[in-house]
Amino acid sequence: MFPSLLLVLLIGAVAWAGASAGCAALFGVALPYAALAVFIAGMIWRITYWAKSPVPFCIPTTGGQEYSLDFIKQNKIDCPSTSGGVFVRMLLEILLFRSLFRNTSADVLENSPTGPRSIYYSSKWLWVFALWFHYCFLLIFIRHFRFFMEPVPSCITFIESIDGIMQIGAPRLFLTGVWILVALCFLLGRRVFNERLRYLSLFNDYFPLWLLIGIVGTGICLRYFDKTEIALVKIFIMGLAHFSPAPTTNINAMFFVHITLVSTLLFYFPFSKLTHMAGIFFSPTRNMSTNSRMTRHINPWNPPKQYFTYAEYEDTYRDAMAEAGLPLEKQPDKAAG
Amino acid sequence: MAKLPTPEMLIAGRPAFPDQGWLDVKPEFTPGSFCYPAKKDTMELLHMPHPHEWDPAAEDWNLPENWEQILCDAFAERLEKHRSLKLFMDICVRCGACADKCHFFLGTNDPKNMPVLRAELLRSLYRRDHTMLGKLLGRTVGARGWDKDVVKELFYYAYQCTECRRCSLFCPYGIDTAEITMIVRELLHEVGLGTHWIMDPVKNCSFTGNHLGIQPHSFVEIVEMLADDCETVTGIRPKTPFNKKNAEILFITPSGDVFADPGIYTFMGYLMLFHELDLDYTLSTYASEGGNFGSFTSFNMAKKLNAKMYAEAERLNVKWILGGECGHMWRVLNQYMDTYNGPTPANMIQPVSPVTGTKFRNAASTKMVHIAEFTADLIYHNKLNLDPGRNDHIITTFHDSCNPARGMGLLDEPRYVLKAVCNNFVEMPENTIREQTFCCGAGSGLNTEEIMELRMRAGMPRGNALRYVQQKFNVNHMACICAIDRATLTPLAGYWAPGVTVSGLHELVANALVMKGEDKRVMDLRQEDLPNVDADEPTDSEENASDARGEDQ
Repeated sequence: MFPSLLLVLLIGAVAWAGASAGCAALFGVALPYAALAVFIAGMIWRITYWAKSPVPFCIPTTGGQEYSLDFIKQNKIDCPSTSGGVFVRMLLEILLFRSLFRNTSADVLENSPTGPRSIYYSSKWLWVFALWFHYCFLLIFIRHFRFFMEPVPSCITFIESIDGIMQIGAPRLFLTGVWILVALCFLLGRRVFNERLRYLSLFNDYFPLWLLIGIVGTGICLRYFDKTEIALVKIFIMGLAHFSPAPTTNINAMFFVHITLVSTLLFYFPFSKLTHMAGIFFSPTRNMSTNSRMTRHINPWNPPKQYFTYAEYEDTYRDAMAEAGLPLEKQPDKAAG
Repeated sequence: MAKLPTPEMLIAGRPAFPDQGWLDVKPEFTPGSFCYPAKKDTMELLHMPHPHEWDPAAEDWNLPENWEQILCDAFAERLEKHRSLKLFMDICVRCGACADKCHFFLGTNDPKNMPVLRAELLRSLYRRDHTMLGKLLGRTVGARGWDKDVVKELFYYAYQCTECRRCSLFCPYGIDTAEITMIVRELLHEVGLGTHWIMDPVKNCSFTGNHLGIQPHSFVEIVEMLADDCETVTGIRPKTPFNKKNAEILFITPSGDVFADPGIYTFMGYLMLFHELDLDYTLSTYASEGGNFGSFTSFNMAKKLNAKMYAEAERLNVKWILGGECGHMWRVLNQYMDTYNGPTPANMIQPVSPVTGTKFRNAASTKMVHIAEFTADLIYHNKLNLDPGRNDHIITTFHDSCNPARGMGLLDEPRYVLKAVCNNFVEMPENTIREQTFCCGAGSGLNTEEIMELRMRAGMPRGNALRYVQQKFNVNHMACICAIDRATLTPLAGYWAPGVTVSGLHELVANALVMKGEDKRVMDLRQEDLPNVDADEPTDSEENASDARGEDQ
């Protein structure tokens, strides 16, 4: 956990120092361009890499009753036999994390009066915070388009007004900024405090969390504390978006820390577990129809059939089979001759 | 087999998580923690790569000289062949939702039995050879290279996973540990590592058609004996058609049902049901194994064993195939068979029930119907004369086998049948049934004696759920639709919920089935006296049966 935190702090410090020392253009212009290029190319490469391997077998996980007899009610979402059903299943999976919603927590009581017992609790916190995090992230992402667009589309202004509906402070507090921090702290906290999670978590798990906390933290700083000149930032970003970068003068160093951390996220994304964003669309246990008995699924590398044939079998056991009165293709005497 | 500790000791004896990180902990091969290795001559006979003598408990596993190259190449090849593998290696976020879904983890508290870490064993190798970060940063990002201890670790944990897919149900990305375990087992086979309990049946199924290697004439004899037993119970000797050409239906069931108690009673149930329906069917001595131990070995071995079904259907010129109660057999039939060995021979047609005329549209391509679907349809159309009162002495629950549940979605058909033949049916707790069902703890080729303690640990969640309904609702019976279950749940029930008997669905069907012209039933298929039946009283089962049928309408 700490090495990843240190790394994020180090990246931030380098960006701060660099921007303060007059290299703001490096962190504010060159880096984001490079990051975006790597992100786009990296994701295309990653998706191509997956797509190059075939799906040899039809292996959906069936999460409910199959399509069967007329009087048996099919679960058309969790065991979809049509592409419409698969579409709904995937939609619910992607938009609502349906599988995670099923989550339970199992415990084994060693000393219950009736002997050792396993018990299962409903456990929706991971689902709640995971969903919370992702939607806050999405809203924040959309909100940021106000920096890239002139005039600002009304839908973005609308999202902002909803996000700031509590009307706390000036500038108005965006709820998503707070909630995403809460969600990130939960996701980090369970890795630290849950024994199982702590044991299996790697640098690769903590790093994106710290990185996101860093991004959100610097973003909040820029809006509420180390207030940056928003008009300058908008001109600067519009410049980036139109490939004619504006000068970086008078923009806080913190802004370049923010940009650098976002760039780091983009660099890191295609080479990490964060590719689950695209991967979920490809998951064969979810995106396939459970129609494997109705429609033949083709395996492009299906090897030729090789098996112990009936003829070989009868050759091996002919006498015994004849004695047992089993019908034969060739009678023993004929076979001998 | 060593004596088992009591359930209390077993659970209290689960060790805490190790202090060291998982990359530093090595598995200990103590007796009872591993399955016996496959024999060299078995592997040779099957043309498996690099057959050799080895012992899991020994320091040196006698791997072939260039084992590392073989494994690296084999892994790279699997990545090219399976998108699922690439994806499952890349996108796991280690959220841990799968961790406590695994029966092996709950029973052993071994962190590497958390599905996420079991997959990390392979993922760590993937990172070093196939990801940029892994190449650059090595262990910091959980990457490691192959060494002989890693091979041992993969073997240890690939055979502590029953490929039940429970974790995949809860995974937000649908990562399927079964898929990973299957591929790890394939990799291990590339360097000659397999287990006796899987490879011996594979050999037998391959060359004699059933997993014990019973030769055709003996197979016939055993079935005839079971038919004799049916006659003892009912006074009617069911037909036993073998290798009959031009029959309408070829019936294939796991051969365990022919040899092993209590599966034999389920087999007797099939014989009686088909006789009563006067079904135009045949058994085959050549394709006499529905179960597919090849599917615990490699995709290609599964294909090889499965190929006999369509080959025999073609030779016998049958119209369609009816499949008996079996778990992994149906995983293969439902999700792999048509891909492996289809398209079906030209003589086969979309299955139609000859009794009810129902078209099984869900089997239009494989042309293979599950017996629970077949029987549920019969009952729905009121074609069976049933007296569920004969099963009144049992209060039954139903165990969903992992494969039909999560690899097929066969959930309500067996329940429909069970409720029609038993008046007393109780579900186990909802987190342990249907798509959330827990494995018997010994599927995927782990139902071997030498790991009995491990099996009881892995069977703990199932055993507990069973004991719960036993204590609360006096459940004394568990029905299931899997031959491996029938073999493994019996000791499991004996350990976790003593007093509960285990049977297949069609044993109960046959017990309730009123056959035309049968003697009055005074005993069940196990030839145990039926309580509440006075042998001297005239039968009134016909009346009861029509009443019972009336309720279904």
